Amino acid sequence: MAEVLLRVRNLVKYFKTSRGVVHAVDDISFDIEEGKTLGIVGESGCGKSTTGRCLIRLIEPTSGEIIYRGQDICKLKRSEMKNLRKEMQIIFQDPYASLNPRKTLLQIIAEPLLYNKIISSRDKFAIEKRVLELMEKVGLAERLINTYPHELDGGRRQRIGIARALAMEPKFIVCDEPVSALDVSIQAQILNLLKELQRDLGLTYVFITHDLSVVNHFSDDIAVMYLGQIVEKAPADELFENPLHPYTQALLSAILIPAVGANRERIKLRGEVASPIDPPPVCRFAKRCNYYSQECAHGVPPLLEITPGHFVACHQVKPVAPSATKAN
Amino acid sequence: MGSELNGQAAKDNKELVLEVNNLVVHYVLQEETVEAVNGISFSLEKGKTIGLVGETGAGKTTTALAIMNLVPDPPGVIKDGTIKVCGYNMLELSARQLEKIRGKEVSMIFQDPMTSLNPVITVGDQIAESIMLHEKLTYSQAFNRAKEMLEMVGIPGARATEYPHQFSGGMRQRVGIAIALACNPKLLLADEPTTALDVTIQAQVLDMIDELKRELGTALVMITHDLGVVAKICDLVAVMYAGRIVEYGTLEDVFDRTLHPYTEGLFNSLPDIRNRKNQLQPIPGLMPDPTNLPRGCSFAPRCRYVSDACREAQPTKHQVSETHVIYCSAYDDSNFQIERARGRGGNG
Repeated sequence: MAEVLLRVRNLVKYFKTSRGVVHAVDDISFDIEEGKTLGIVGESGCGKSTTGRCLIRLIEPTSGEIIYRGQDICKLKRSEMKNLRKEMQIIFQDPYASLNPRKTLLQIIAEPLLYNKIISSRDKFAIEKRVLELMEKVGLAERLINTYPHELDGGRRQRIGIARALAMEPKFIVCDEPVSALDVSIQAQILNLLKELQRDLGLTYVFITHDLSVVNHFSDDIAVMYLGQIVEKAPADELFENPLHPYTQALLSAILIPAVGANRERIKLRGEVASPIDPPPVCRFAKRCNYYSQECAHGVPPLLEITPGHFVACHQVKPVAPSATKAN
Repeated sequence: MGSELNGQAAKDNKELVLEVNNLVVHYVLQEETVEAVNGISFSLEKGKTIGLVGETGAGKTTTALAIMNLVPDPPGVIKDGTIKVCGYNMLELSARQLEKIRGKEVSMIFQDPMTSLNPVITVGDQIAESIMLHEKLTYSQAFNRAKEMLEMVGIPGARATEYPHQFSGGMRQRVGIAIALACNPKLLLADEPTTALDVTIQAQVLDMIDELKRELGTALVMITHDLGVVAKICDLVAVMYAGRIVEYGTLEDVFDRTLHPYTEGLFNSLPDIRNRKNQLQPIPGLMPDPTNLPRGCSFAPRCRYVSDACREAQPTKHQVSETHVIYCSAYDDSNFQIERARGRGGNG
């Protein structure tokens, strides 16, 4: 078994607003092994992007531990974190908004190199050489080095975002909806590129998406989030073949399969997602759940290991083995 | 080109709600001309659904806007073609006549439910507005109809006095649908109506469109890039690339007997949820620049089956069966098969 690269324990992120406290991420825990991909999937407002940003401390978690190679990064000083962030990078969703429109490709990709003083800003030759290396790695033609982002299409822009993230030779990358803004034929190009890079460079990914077929294709393990909490986590195959949480079941049944007659009966949910502001301390899915019973009104269900590797947070789903342990 | 597609249905004496014939729409700018739609033809019978499928820049939305005669002018110019909605020639009507038809015979659902509603008017009034334009009703009668419409799309009628920002994205899209259906149009154009929505909400909205369509007998043009949406609700499919239809047929024709290399490429780009180990095979390269389309087949630069002939001349049309048409010169060779067809063990 590979080594655990990132261990997250009881991660919490609350945002105070005038209407109350938004429980964006509410007590989630998981491990990611080195060289693997954890997919985080869920609908708008489930806290998946907030989680991704907390993991590299782009926003400060309210509480909890994020242990990277044995070291709790929440306790690091600014300067120490700056150093560590070379290893931890992020690729953003919108390749139209995440690139500075006034900088050329060369400047954009070189920026992290100069900021971190990897290469001296006077050594123009070395900068260009390294940028061209990175461009080649992500499949950008050499001739584009002096173009501006607006001259390029979405797929190429996303490649710039990837090249910029790779500039620091990271070990760990948070991919926040990296293909959602792209057309299907381009989406497949970027997904293949990310997979190749993972294989060649031994990268570890957290892959955040709302697209279930993409997450299924891309991830080793998948965590399903609902209103700030992980409701189910399992290896990808297991999750798709044997979803146990009523929300996961409904979510999977809503996937539209692009084949004639392949679409099954959809599990219908009542109502819409509740407010994440000061939620009551019960199962957050209870009001919409088709299996609701008295039990569900008593406390937030803990994430339990139902079968080895398969975790579910539901009062109705009981571990099969008597010796089942509480989720780490 | 393509008028045979229309001829087919006419022969069967079906009621045609929409006939698009050789439509050409360009956006003429100072320095360049964007060739958005380059001669497309299709028709639609009462109660049927056609999916216009393609990626960004394929000309799907421009086609829909042209059907409504809403192409922004300038810079949009409808260079050629005719469009008939329920027998009305949309491109020759006056602004006043168009106003009578839009909303009554044909209406449109837009992609973004956040920006297509007026934020300072209650949703009830927005629905009532369209009813009062077309029917002789008093305001209170129209407002009551608006409440009924809201109920029909699954929103309590009492919320008619609320403003768009008080609704969630899925509910706003339903308000958009209520407005579009308020006067019971014979033709509905839906431009990516579920793209901005979450998976479970998307499924709800699609189910609802499907049900309403059946109940009211509305014909539907579904514009989408999502082949899953197409499989769920379309009877006919037109795959578009660079402003042209490249493959046209019934859902089964296009999905189960795929012939065009671009359609094949789209399917190969999609992760297969039933087999996650399946390697994605993206279409290499990019969509051609619509201001500078290649002389021959627009897809030729990205096509794995390309030959010199493809680069020289526009693709030839092949009517494979009564319902199935493709535009691809590779089929000039009667032995040609795409890989997807070889996997099926034949091209039938």
